Amino acid sequence: MDIDMLRVFWSVVLIAAFVFANATVMGYLERKLAGRFQRRLGPMEVGWHGILQMPIDGIKLLAKRMIVPQQAEGLIFRLAPVISLSPVMLPLIVIPFSPVLQVVDMPAGLIFVLAIEAFGTIAVFLAGWSANNKYAMIGAMRSVAQNIAYEIPILLVALAVALMAGSFNLQDIVLAQAALWFIVLQPFGFVIYLISGLSECNRAPFDLPEAESELTAGYLTEYSGIGFSLFMIAEYTHMFIICCLATVLFLGGWQGPELPWHDYSSAIWFLMKAYGLMFVMVWVRWTFPRVRYDQLMKFAWKYLIPFALVNLLITALVVYL
Amino acid sequence: MTMSAADSRHFRMHLNLGPQHPSTHGVLHLALEMYGENVLDIDPVLGYGHRMHEKMAERRPWQAFFANTPRIDYACSLPHSHCYALLLERALQIEPPARAVSLRIIASELNRVASHLLWVGAFLLDLGAFTPILYCFDDREQAVDILEHMTGSRLTHAWMCAGGVTDDIDEETVLKIRAFIRRMRARFRIYERLVTNNVIFIMRTRGIGVITPALARSCGATGPVLRASGMACDIRKVAPYGGYDHYAFDVPLGSNGDCLDRYRVRMEEMRQSLAIIEQALDRLPGGPVRAKVPRTLAPPAGEYSSSVEGARGDITYWAISDGSEIPYRLKIRSACFGNLSLIAELCQGMLLADLIATLGSLDLVIPEIDR
Repeated sequence: MDIDMLRVFWSVVLIAAFVFANATVMGYLERKLAGRFQRRLGPMEVGWHGILQMPIDGIKLLAKRMIVPQQAEGLIFRLAPVISLSPVMLPLIVIPFSPVLQVVDMPAGLIFVLAIEAFGTIAVFLAGWSANNKYAMIGAMRSVAQNIAYEIPILLVALAVALMAGSFNLQDIVLAQAALWFIVLQPFGFVIYLISGLSECNRAPFDLPEAESELTAGYLTEYSGIGFSLFMIAEYTHMFIICCLATVLFLGGWQGPELPWHDYSSAIWFLMKAYGLMFVMVWVRWTFPRVRYDQLMKFAWKYLIPFALVNLLITALVVYL
Repeated sequence: MTMSAADSRHFRMHLNLGPQHPSTHGVLHLALEMYGENVLDIDPVLGYGHRMHEKMAERRPWQAFFANTPRIDYACSLPHSHCYALLLERALQIEPPARAVSLRIIASELNRVASHLLWVGAFLLDLGAFTPILYCFDDREQAVDILEHMTGSRLTHAWMCAGGVTDDIDEETVLKIRAFIRRMRARFRIYERLVTNNVIFIMRTRGIGVITPALARSCGATGPVLRASGMACDIRKVAPYGGYDHYAFDVPLGSNGDCLDRYRVRMEEMRQSLAIIEQALDRLPGGPVRAKVPRTLAPPAGEYSSSVEGARGDITYWAISDGSEIPYRLKIRSACFGNLSLIAELCQGMLLADLIATLGSLDLVIPEIDR
């Protein structure tokens, strides 16, 4: 076995482990933080301060039977959760956690992340369509419309950053921010990215595909057991990818005060920034009501996309001059 | 949406919203005709929670129905008992003692605050905000604790009776109520910051589900729903009962009749209720809490009625007595049926999300409609 194969093997193992660990930690943090925002304790029963709550829930969901409705498209219904996980796991291979902690240093890493990530919608749509449930179908339709609308501002903003860095390579983008983070030069870009990012991973206040007060659980309505938990893991991973990308594009990636074993330990800075953004996402979710479907679309097409375009234009002009 | 496309049967979708759905607050079943996200036609189906309260009244002595009154509207049960007690007192010509009259007002208004708090939380939950309901329940819990201390139960307070109330309150309860009023006044600031000034909340409620005064009148809407449309109709003011004419309070009115106005009216009503409770506590008379009433109640033959203002609107009890100790007929008019009948007219062509918001803003308690 040559060294490349070994590298691939270990990265697959580590990414899979990381995805599940991230979902566990985020699930716990989200419930704990929701508790804080709502003046209650959150999980307290399983382990010290409920720290084992998520593993226990995971085991419970694994042990449960995945019920497939009789009228559902069985194959697609079972496949959709798996499909939902792959497009959010794949981008992890190009994310530069530190100068060396990166599986593949692709020349067009940014394009790769954005392209792969957009596939998540397909899983949501397949799930909603195959379940043969009207709520799930409405959720799926919302998801497609929403993700198409919000993909564009993300692309435009990312393009502006790529213009400033002069590269699509994520490592180069991080290095270009050695002196000044792009959030200072692109504050509007950052805000647009964050709003679109929330919408991209179907988080409140843009969680329309699974709006529980309108659509019971949207595309997730018929899912139970492992199917449901895979979707949840995919959602948390998707959040992580969005935050990683924001860290790379705007917050200087792994850059921070020098630590010993800089090549590896700077991943600490990266993860701190990414999880800081995740905290903001959780905070927003437990504060705001949900926007309406048409307001969401209007917001994207009438405000975010024009502003992102202007942002791109100005950036291009400044870079050109 | 073009109507020609909507008319084509091919694109129509029938959707059963409820009876088990997170936003129908109980067992309301809305049969919807949808065109994409737009609601074309809406047909409320009732009867899932019917318990034959009116029939029950015809099978038991007059005073035994006091066990039923709180169970009609569990979220705001005391006004129902109040209404029935007023009816019996009118029929038997009993005058409740002054202390009982004040206590009834205190308890009813506390119940109104608790009910409105529950509504605010549930309404925000319908709009997709999960956090406010926990704040509201925290506050409601205080009110319910006090009511438990006063009446002995947390939800279905069978405390009022013909000729007064069953139990007096002690000094400790008075202090608790005063503490609750202070606490609530501070908490309104939190609600203002968390909800009232929230841009998404305003986006979701302003101009949504506009009820014109004419529509409200034709459907028999009452309570905050009617007042949000700008019609000053509060039974406590227009036909004062149970001593309400001795209290100074305002009837908050809306101007547009949209969901935002209904929210504002209810928030202001809570403040007014607190003011009423404060006044009642300040001049709480002493003395007994229950007048002498005969052991068996047998109102003289005739028709009797009474109306009170519940948290959801007009509650009217109408009874026919044949002179025996069992009612010949008892008819209950509760607010939610009239308020619900607005929805069919209101929601045509509306988005599904707006339908949920409007439905939530009407403050429906389904068992109160079904009875």
